[in-house]
Amino acid sequence: MIEAPLAASPTQAPASAAPTLVVRDLCTHFPTEAGVVRAVDGVSFDVAPGRILGLVGESGSGKSQTGFSILGLIEPPGAVVGGSIVFEGRDITHLPERAMRRLRGNRIAMVFQDPMMTLNPVLTIGTHLVETLRAHQPVSRSEAARRACEALAAVGIPAPAERLDAYPHEFSGGMRQRVAIAIALLHRPALIIADEPTTALDVTIQAQILFEVQKLARAQGTAVIWISHDLAVVSALADDIAVMYAGRIVERGPARAVLAHPAHPYTRGLIGSVASQNQRGQRLRQIRGMPPRLADLPAGCAFRARCDHATAACEAAPAESTVAPGHHLRCFHPQP
Amino acid sequence: MTWALLSRAVQAFLVVVAMTVIVFVGIHAIGDPVDVLISPVADQAERDRMEAAFGTDKPLWEQYRNFVREAARGDLGRSFVYNQPALGIIFERLPATLELAVAALILAIVIGIPLGLYCGLRPESPASRVIMATSILGFSLPGFWMGLMLIMLFAVQLGWLPSTGRGDTVSVFGVRWSFLTRNGLEHLLLPALNLAMFKISMVLRLTRAGVREIVSMDYIKYARARGLAPSRIVGVHILKNIMIPLVTIIGMEFGSTVAFAIVTESVFAWPGIGKLIIDSINVLDRPVIVAYLMTVVVLFVLVNFTVDVAYTALDPRARRRKAA
Amino acid sequence: MSALAFPAGARPRAQSPWRQAFAKVARSKSALAGLVVLGLIILAAVFAGLIAPQNPYDLVQLDIMDSSLAPGSKASAGFTYLLGSDPQGRDMLSAMLYGLRISLFVGVGSAIIACIAGATLGLVAAYAGARVEALLMRLVDLQLSFPSILVALMILAVLGKGVGNVMLALVLVEWAYYARVARASALVERSREYIEAAECLAVPRWRVVMRHLLPNCLPPLIVIATMQVARAISLEATLSFLGLGVPVTEPSLGLLISNGYTDMMSGKYWISFYPGLALLVTIVAINLVGDRLRDVLNPRTLQ
Repeated sequence: MIEAPLAASPTQAPASAAPTLVVRDLCTHFPTEAGVVRAVDGVSFDVAPGRILGLVGESGSGKSQTGFSILGLIEPPGAVVGGSIVFEGRDITHLPERAMRRLRGNRIAMVFQDPMMTLNPVLTIGTHLVETLRAHQPVSRSEAARRACEALAAVGIPAPAERLDAYPHEFSGGMRQRVAIAIALLHRPALIIADEPTTALDVTIQAQILFEVQKLARAQGTAVIWISHDLAVVSALADDIAVMYAGRIVERGPARAVLAHPAHPYTRGLIGSVASQNQRGQRLRQIRGMPPRLADLPAGCAFRARCDHATAACEAAPAESTVAPGHHLRCFHPQP
Repeated sequence: MTWALLSRAVQAFLVVVAMTVIVFVGIHAIGDPVDVLISPVADQAERDRMEAAFGTDKPLWEQYRNFVREAARGDLGRSFVYNQPALGIIFERLPATLELAVAALILAIVIGIPLGLYCGLRPESPASRVIMATSILGFSLPGFWMGLMLIMLFAVQLGWLPSTGRGDTVSVFGVRWSFLTRNGLEHLLLPALNLAMFKISMVLRLTRAGVREIVSMDYIKYARARGLAPSRIVGVHILKNIMIPLVTIIGMEFGSTVAFAIVTESVFAWPGIGKLIIDSINVLDRPVIVAYLMTVVVLFVLVNFTVDVAYTALDPRARRRKAA
Repeated sequence: MSALAFPAGARPRAQSPWRQAFAKVARSKSALAGLVVLGLIILAAVFAGLIAPQNPYDLVQLDIMDSSLAPGSKASAGFTYLLGSDPQGRDMLSAMLYGLRISLFVGVGSAIIACIAGATLGLVAAYAGARVEALLMRLVDLQLSFPSILVALMILAVLGKGVGNVMLALVLVEWAYYARVARASALVERSREYIEAAECLAVPRWRVVMRHLLPNCLPPLIVIATMQVARAISLEATLSFLGLGVPVTEPSLGLLISNGYTDMMSGKYWISFYPGLALLVTIVAINLVGDRLRDVLNPRTLQ
């Protein structure tokens, strides 16, 4: 048990409608000189419309690669080698590039971590918006410009008409991320994958962006996958949480459940290591050891080496078990 | 921004001034400048006139001042061979060289950039490897030898193109240009290609390097994530990013292109200032040599200055930096 | 070294870094081919006197009646003109071998002199005060922004032809590259700890430079030098072709090529072609080796 449970998001969307995205046993491997890196190793989860899934894990746990895999952005020699991705009832795992391109930026949009790196420095913000619009719909330039203006206004950017001609470096970090969100929302996607979108921002701006995304998701019924290493951020935002470690999801379920009753030792460790959870004057709790190199994962449970509850049984890879309705776990020693 | 512009203009001017000093000192280094600047067969009256004009008995700095004054008026002496103002002869021949240089740069861009793009986007393909290996040759082989080979192959063996000389010219704004006639173009092709060889290799390699660097950038991945067509990604996102440094370098290379035209003009008997300078050196027509050097330096400095300004105008990031 | 336990009797063979570098270069097939070809060329040039059927500089041996004969023709002196003869009646093969000698001498010689001069100035710039450094580097920038052919042309126009003048012109064209690289290397090394340590120990400055700095600046200098030799050979050939380089009596490959320029139109290709081929092969071989050297001596791959 933990002292002060992290507060789960107060407003929750109903998990009733058919899921927008169903991922089952997704495997994405990268052949390298050091061996095959199993970046995504049998990942399964669902995202329902209007709900926000928080995908949490340390760097190198495979969460970003999961996002890229869904969009088909894994570059050779890496490849999705197994599993299935079903989007709006359609299997898009091995969709041909042409068809995939029609989905990207259109039905599935991605927001990246650092907009300074993802916005092309020699093109104006307006160009970014307009080209994204015209890539998926036959609109005239003037019509596209008008809609771009509206999109900027919708995310709270002042004087949008002038800002269309501005270059990325003329914006502040928070503004750039708002622009990125505006671009993502242009075609009213059914799914948004946000890869650490607030990591590069100030805490105060972070809160604004979080609020913005949550509001928009609820309003338009957009499913959101929010990838982050920051459990505190995710806990304030997400309806469901999936915890990733070394390419596998070790625990997933409704945010309230996972935060209040974390069953996996790793999840417990994560929650416990959040600074606000620690008592004043006491040593910060941390998970001992280092995350394993993905090129040579140990057989069995990847968390074994750092787990205080590991036993000989953990030498076999644990399958997914159910702790409570909707709350799944990969562990031989679930914590009460 | 105008402050930076001004300082660059001043720097450029200083370089020209430095050149006049070097040239002036160079002439003096060979001995009596009057000896140098008059024809070997001139009579005493000519010599006296020259000496008066130069005032060789006057102190050095005053001689230099006279030299600069004359130069500013456009009077750099008379050619021994042609018995006309040296600067006038240079200007008469300049269009031919400019034609050649511009044609060479156009070829470099038109051939080098697409090939470089291809090699950058598909570095492992066999065609890429062949192209890159060939580009090394373009760098290292002496231009004059390649010119000879071009003549041998296309003119002597195959007979497709004329071997030497400039084609028919058409007068535009009082200046004679040959690229406006078909015959002129036929004569222009081989020398322009020869002059462009080095540049093509350079542009190709630079483009490829630029593309390799940009392709790994996050904004390219983001462009793909938004579902943009590959043609747009290559044509706009990649191209716009490489164009800026590329144009800069190509512009800077204009000066050296004009300089290396010396070799091409000699091989192809192209009547430009390059051939002129070689002939002049061989007969010691020093006023023409001086006029050539000054012209090339001024051209050089002007082009570099223009490119500098253009770079600031093109790169939005540079604009901000300069203003800051 | 207690962490490494060697089995008794076995010790790692200490290979000098030069041997290692050489081995790495030799591993690339193209570079190896280049090295072999270069070796053959150098041998041919050095032993030209023994290999060549004729001494092309000895006017007595030349027979003007034998001018511009096709390859394979017989000379009046009895031997075969394997590669034909030139307009002066010189045996092409002999002329080429001797010409190769001059080309190599001028190319390598000027590169070495320029290297020493340039590197010295570069090191001086790195160590002398800020003003000297600024002045020298401005000079370097100015020099490098001018096309090399123009600089060489100006110098030769003023000084006249001749092997010595050509070498001087080449040195004046090339020194700036070495200066820039030497200074950059020196600046990087200077901030390294072992230099600080040496300076703390009051090791005299010149010693610091010679013993510690120089060996570490050598790799990039060597790479540049290799490429510069090819450039120098090419530039000398170009200057000689234009009639501004070596004197007519002792032709280098460039001059030989220019001799055959007009004859090319009338089909007597061999006068220009074979010296051109020799030039080509030499330059390509040097470039192959230089390219590989650059990869091997890359400061990031060296410890």
